[in-house]
Amino acid sequence: MEAHAERGPAPVSERTRSERRLAWLLCAPAVIAMLAVTAYPIGYALVLSVQQIDLRFPDEGGFVGFDNYSAVLSSDLWWTDLFNTVFLTVTTVSIELVLGMVIALVMHRAIFGRGVVRTAVLIPYGIITVVAAFSWQFAFSPDTGFVNNLPLISEDMDWFGGRFSSFAVIIMAEVWKTTPFMALLLLAGLVTIDSQLYEAAKVDGASAWQRFTRITLPLMKPAILVALLFRTLDAFRVFDTIFIMTAGAQDTESVSILGFNQLISRLNLGLGSAVSVLIFLCVLVIATFYVRVLGTRVEEGRPVK
Amino acid sequence: MEENLASRTAIGLLACLAVSVLLVAVLSGCGDDSEGAQTPTLSFFVAIQPGGTIEEVSKRCSEESGGRYEVEPEFLPTEASQQREQLVRRLGADDSSIDIIGMDVIWTGEFANAGWVEEWTGPLKRKATEEVFPGVIETASFEGKLYAAPFNTNTQLLWYRKDLVKQPPRTWDEMIDQAEELGRANAGTIQIQANRYEGFTVWANALIESAGTQLLSGPETVDLAEAPTTRALEVIGRFANSSAAPTGLSTSTEDTSRLAFEAGDSAFMTNYTFAYASAQAEAPEIGKEMGYARFPRVDANRPSKPPLGGFNLAVSSFSENKDVAFDAAACLAGKESQLTATELDGLPPSRSDLYSTKVVTEAYPGFAQLVRKSIKDAGPRPSTAAYQDVSLAVQRSLHPPDKIDPADATSVYDELLEKVEDAVKREGLL
Repeated sequence: MEAHAERGPAPVSERTRSERRLAWLLCAPAVIAMLAVTAYPIGYALVLSVQQIDLRFPDEGGFVGFDNYSAVLSSDLWWTDLFNTVFLTVTTVSIELVLGMVIALVMHRAIFGRGVVRTAVLIPYGIITVVAAFSWQFAFSPDTGFVNNLPLISEDMDWFGGRFSSFAVIIMAEVWKTTPFMALLLLAGLVTIDSQLYEAAKVDGASAWQRFTRITLPLMKPAILVALLFRTLDAFRVFDTIFIMTAGAQDTESVSILGFNQLISRLNLGLGSAVSVLIFLCVLVIATFYVRVLGTRVEEGRPVK
Repeated sequence: MEENLASRTAIGLLACLAVSVLLVAVLSGCGDDSEGAQTPTLSFFVAIQPGGTIEEVSKRCSEESGGRYEVEPEFLPTEASQQREQLVRRLGADDSSIDIIGMDVIWTGEFANAGWVEEWTGPLKRKATEEVFPGVIETASFEGKLYAAPFNTNTQLLWYRKDLVKQPPRTWDEMIDQAEELGRANAGTIQIQANRYEGFTVWANALIESAGTQLLSGPETVDLAEAPTTRALEVIGRFANSSAAPTGLSTSTEDTSRLAFEAGDSAFMTNYTFAYASAQAEAPEIGKEMGYARFPRVDANRPSKPPLGGFNLAVSSFSENKDVAFDAAACLAGKESQLTATELDGLPPSRSDLYSTKVVTEAYPGFAQLVRKSIKDAGPRPSTAAYQDVSLAVQRSLHPPDKIDPADATSVYDELLEKVEDAVKREGLL
């Protein structure tokens, strides 16, 4: 770090220049691959979204401007599904943050069996989402599941028969699956904190809670925000769990399932692309929000380092 | 210095990755060209059948062709929507690796209109439709043209417990009364399929048809006469809100209802013919008390119109061996293959003349003629290129079924009508 500050702007030598050229050359395949797999599909979706295009009706078609967008935005379904998605995102990410923090602290403090503890915690995250969703669906189903045999739960409880009980199971499955990821990201932030700070605080008579709120949390802000950004973007695209558990029934549909229905079930590429582009815009808004917040926090955090 | 090294390594890794991705793409592209010497291999994309029908008929037809073709089955998942999903993704991309398609009865309009399947004409058409139930031929046709050879068909019967029910009910109302009388503690429930999936449309469509109307009267014309539709909706609402509705009704499928019936939880079930053989094998105690009757009526004075399922075999428009593919499809869907499907997987033949053969009477002991009559009188789901839209519209407006107030179904009727009208025009989100 200090070396950088002392060096200053060096004159560009012949060697540096050729090294830069080589760097670009080596980057090129990756850049081209990225353009091909991300920029092209996004651009193509934009083009499709302003057309009337349906695979089942190859003779129809043409430019329709923003008709598809107005059809989506004027539909109650879009707004219900957007609400569902935001609701799911906010609840799952909040629960995961709290639980993830607790687990990260435990993993950080674990004196023996560190490797075993860290691996064990990661197991749910290693399970394929569809498989996990099926397992939980079976667990909560009234005929095959064990959940209804637990004390305090009615044997006749039909979890997927109502909106809020369905949401409860979906949220639980999502939290169970992705909390380890959150915990791991938070743990990465936790290990960067200098232990001397805690010792100094202890000497000054700070309680455990004070040490957590005055040292751990402020120093972890960048790590927390990165973890929140990743998880929010991920949670906003929720598809698998809902698709397996309710297929969107009982008003539990997310915007991704709405897009799937237009694109894959109906093969209405115009309408479906409009939904996809709108989801993309939502994701962009979330990312921008976080990155801006993140940027300022990182600056704030710097002097402490 | 260290940072520089790290970023160089990263770039190197990325470059490596990009190169290997390209390599894999090139190599797999080459792999497909290795064709057999003279005999063309025809790939047959079809839903897997647990009894082994598909392997058996593919093998037999390949042998009988005397080296003209080799049929290679490619299995699709068991659920109809997942089968379709895989097929449309390939066909939408003009994939020439599909030759023969096991086409669900509801996909015909869509696949034909999209130009994905070939029309059957001349002697091939005559052979493929010989002795086949007229209703089944309809499911393989679109706008008067035949697009597939009918293979197996399917229908739902009413299954009931002879030890609990003396006289099988003729109507849904009678059945709900009988179930309520038995009480929930004494298996007084009715198993149907009401998850939000295609099976729900099957059920709703059968009730609407049985009430004396239909969803569509033409590919783009909505029918849904008010009085009979409302009547059907009232039956759905009454059942879903009664004690005859089992726990988990709104997520029930063919398989969950079969399992619940085999567990002895329910005295009644409407389900496809596979349920009989399954109960005999899985739950002999219940199996020996298993009675059968025709799908119940909605209107006491009007014969019911049971659901119609099944697969027809189509030739893909992107196949590079269409001529032989037609011959192969004709063989795969032929008389002998239909009997194999009955024998190994309990699937009803689409040819009406096979119902007195030993294979069929043994597969459906005592009810072969009931199955035949049920298929003959069935109420097929609408034939339209926008079928998926119509089905989604039905599911969106009627699910969960307990939202329908049996005393006043008019608001749900209005919603259904509006959604189905939007669906055939393919307007708005669904």
